[in-house]
Amino acid sequence: MTKFSDLTRLPDAQGHFGPYGGRFVSETLSFALEELEKVYMSLRDDADFQAEFDRDLAHYVGRPSPLYHAERWSEKIGGAQIWLKREDLNHTGAHKVNNTIGQALLAKKSGKPRVIAETGAGQHGVATATVAARLGLKCEIYMGAEDVERQKLNVYRMRLLGAEVHPVESGSRTLKDAMNEALRDWVTNVDDTFYIIGTVAGPHPYPAMVRDFTAVIGREAREQSLAQIGRLPDALVACVGGGSNAIGLFYPFLEDEDVAMVGVEAGGDGVETGRHAAPLTANAPSGVLHGNRTYLMSDASGQVSDTHSISAGLDYPGVGPEHALWKDVGRVSYVAANDDAVLEAFRELTRVEGIMPALESAHALAHAKVMAASMRPDQHIVVNLSGRGDKDIHTVAKLDGLEF
Amino acid sequence: MTMNRIDQRFAALKAQSRRALIPYITAGDPAPQYTVGFMHACVEAGADVLELGVPFSDPMADGPVIQKACERALKHGTRLADVLDMVASFRETDSTTPVVLMGYLNPIERMGYEAFVRRARDAGVDGVLMVDMPPEEATAIAPLFAEYGLQSIFLLAPTTSSTRAATICAHGEGYLYYVSLKGVTGAASLDVEAVARQLAPLREMTDLPLCVGFGIRDGETAAAVGRVADGVIVGSALVSRIAENAERPEAIPAALKAVLGDMRDALDR
Repeated sequence: MTKFSDLTRLPDAQGHFGPYGGRFVSETLSFALEELEKVYMSLRDDADFQAEFDRDLAHYVGRPSPLYHAERWSEKIGGAQIWLKREDLNHTGAHKVNNTIGQALLAKKSGKPRVIAETGAGQHGVATATVAARLGLKCEIYMGAEDVERQKLNVYRMRLLGAEVHPVESGSRTLKDAMNEALRDWVTNVDDTFYIIGTVAGPHPYPAMVRDFTAVIGREAREQSLAQIGRLPDALVACVGGGSNAIGLFYPFLEDEDVAMVGVEAGGDGVETGRHAAPLTANAPSGVLHGNRTYLMSDASGQVSDTHSISAGLDYPGVGPEHALWKDVGRVSYVAANDDAVLEAFRELTRVEGIMPALESAHALAHAKVMAASMRPDQHIVVNLSGRGDKDIHTVAKLDGLEF
Repeated sequence: MTMNRIDQRFAALKAQSRRALIPYITAGDPAPQYTVGFMHACVEAGADVLELGVPFSDPMADGPVIQKACERALKHGTRLADVLDMVASFRETDSTTPVVLMGYLNPIERMGYEAFVRRARDAGVDGVLMVDMPPEEATAIAPLFAEYGLQSIFLLAPTTSSTRAATICAHGEGYLYYVSLKGVTGAASLDVEAVARQLAPLREMTDLPLCVGFGIRDGETAAAVGRVADGVIVGSALVSRIAENAERPEAIPAALKAVLGDMRDALDR
């Protein structure tokens, strides 16, 4: 049995989290990844770099984000107290900006004038276009053609910010295909381009690097819990697509063994229907995609499966390799929330607390509601409200039969 | 143990001072029943080694031409197991031409390493080149390859550092696949001068044949690269012919032979 304290010492030198992770890339990218690893390792303990990062988080992103006691919603559920870590209040409206600030600083330090990114819901694309605008970097975003259609508002936002958005027509036309296309761009333009990956997946050092940039969420939440609750919470809940917001919240609590952690994947129409994006919950076999080994939804012959979720940001067949290990060692439990429960949570938080969550974050809310109901009022759950729901108004309106 | 077909073939080419012509086609494109015929057509046109692509849903290192080939093959449900059957069928009438499987790791991960190496050997596969499996990630499968007589073919790129090149040369078998340019398959044109410069230091590190792929489109580029390399690998130029003729597959063998015949002549001139 792995001791939980050992988990904080991963990945190993080759980027492995137990059997997961690694650097499964074509040779042309190996050098770029070695360079990135070197730059990152030299800067992550560099006081000046950290100070610059912290300054940007404070004055540009608006951190710390509040930990908000959703009293009215908690009362309505009638169980545990629910606290929301308000990443939706960050500049650009989601947790993604924490990571893009960090990676854009690295791009600048590496002297790369051009950044590229993949995006699903568009939040990471917006966060990347935002920091690129601020640093004067050329920015190109790859987005699945289907997601371009369901997230028109974010596409226009990115264009206003000066980014070029490329709809990706290949494969299933969603997040995984956008990542394929971004990798193809990178391999072609590797000399002058920095690839800002938006989640804790991809080849080493991305999973570790994105985790480190995002872990500010959990560090704050831990301090805020001690100050506002007077102790650590009983449970943490976050949605998991690639898993960056969940890792950001969970990582600083890993060694707090009394804090339960639950990652909520996209159940789509229900895991039992096969139309979902929940590789961990469904116990998908391990596989290799986008540079790392992880739980991966693929058919018996190894072709990557099409996924389904109401939220574009969770519509991904794999998951960050560190989550895969956390599942195996039992540190975190992973469940799925189905589309209809997610919509219900979206509407309920909006009406009861006046906070409109992103559909991604509403997965965490949907499960927190179930958990809270079976807990006592003197127990506490911290939910990562990873993004705000403005971008999803069109999706929800469409379900209500409205078109704008 | 007998010498691997790849080593035999390169030894014979060396004795004749000839360059290897290595075509790539995607198995199952445009439909599975044609692939074995295409393989034989390539050999008749002068191919020395065959690279047979295993179709994959997410071919991250490939340009649009081979992406679409994968899509056509997958539409007909071409699986890794089917590709191995094609090799076995090819072997019924050709026991000498080396066959290298090329593709991405996930289908092999799903089949399982043990099952894969056993079935690949039984089918008559000689080498395996997985684009997303550099030597560092091949440590688990390498001993199985050795046990089952399969050779690991690795890539080298213009961006490969000399330290990495030494590692790759140490782990590589059969031949080394030098990627001529930064980009995906089917990308623009290669710079023969640059390739020559980059191959020179590799010669100091290894005795393995150095074959060059990416950007070889006709007899002229093949001949130019053949002057500095031990072999040329041609993929997208062939797969484009398959795509153009996807609706009349009976015309494809002649189309493949026309491209390869020009290259063979140019290389041997």
